[in-house]
Amino acid sequence: MSNAVSALAGTSYDGFARIEDQGLRGMITLRGDLASKEVKAVVKATTGLAVPGQRQALSGKDTAALWMSPDELLLMCPYGDVASVIEKIETALKGQHFLAVNVSDARTFLRISGAGAREVLAKVCPVDLSPEAFTPGMFRRTRMAQVPAAFWLDEAGAFHLVCFRSIADYAFNLLKTSAKPGGEVGYFA
Amino acid sequence: MLILECPCCGVRGEETEFHGGGEAHLKRFGPGSTDDEFHTYLFSKENPKGVHFERWRHNNGCGKWFLAARDTMTLEVFGTYSAQTLEPPKHIRDAITAKRPGWTWRDFS
Repeated sequence: MSNAVSALAGTSYDGFARIEDQGLRGMITLRGDLASKEVKAVVKATTGLAVPGQRQALSGKDTAALWMSPDELLLMCPYGDVASVIEKIETALKGQHFLAVNVSDARTFLRISGAGAREVLAKVCPVDLSPEAFTPGMFRRTRMAQVPAAFWLDEAGAFHLVCFRSIADYAFNLLKTSAKPGGEVGYFA
Repeated sequence: MLILECPCCGVRGEETEFHGGGEAHLKRFGPGSTDDEFHTYLFSKENPKGVHFERWRHNNGCGKWFLAARDTMTLEVFGTYSAQTLEPPKHIRDAITAKRPGWTWRDFS
């Protein structure tokens, strides 16, 4: 049995915001008819959460349900539970047109927290991240400098960011540079 | 800067979040068509100064294709709409007429 590790191995950086690797997290891409009662039921049964609305992120204790596109969700669960969750989905949606894939090892999961968190992301994403426009629970897929990324804001004011594992190093260094002390713009202050 | 609104996920984003996919509402000619038809389909594209219809993909977002009506000179976007349409819907045509009376584009006006 191989020893699974995240690409950044728990690295963190403290600048005017804190950037940290959130380690391994179970992630499942679920595609299908999000309005169907079977999908709603299985999302509830596996994550304890409802099917999120358009560009919404719902999160529980160790779980999350994220709206990726009109026919796609990203479900999060503890890393070790992925196989059993996929099995449950496949049983529940049998006969329907759907897809459930384990993408845990294909993604990197970061956390950006602290007072400067909005600014660190706003510098590298073409998104209005002002406190009025981007509120907790909102989910956004966008471009982060040269790579695609997706993030949501939690109630505590921290961003949770998902990007491809293959560009983990680039993403971390990019956010690190953006959060470097002395680089504060103070736009949202 | 070109600002588009994705009709699939509702995001209003700037150009770099999207990827242009060329002219919209093309009639495709493949196997069985004449050389002339295929040549016209492949190479004879509209290149207007003004009202234009294009395909776009929200490649850094929801990943869906959609269509956009815009002005190539001013970058004003008259509207975006579903890619599953054969011609521009009425509200898009009306929006263009309001701004550019007398516009024409291929068979549409």
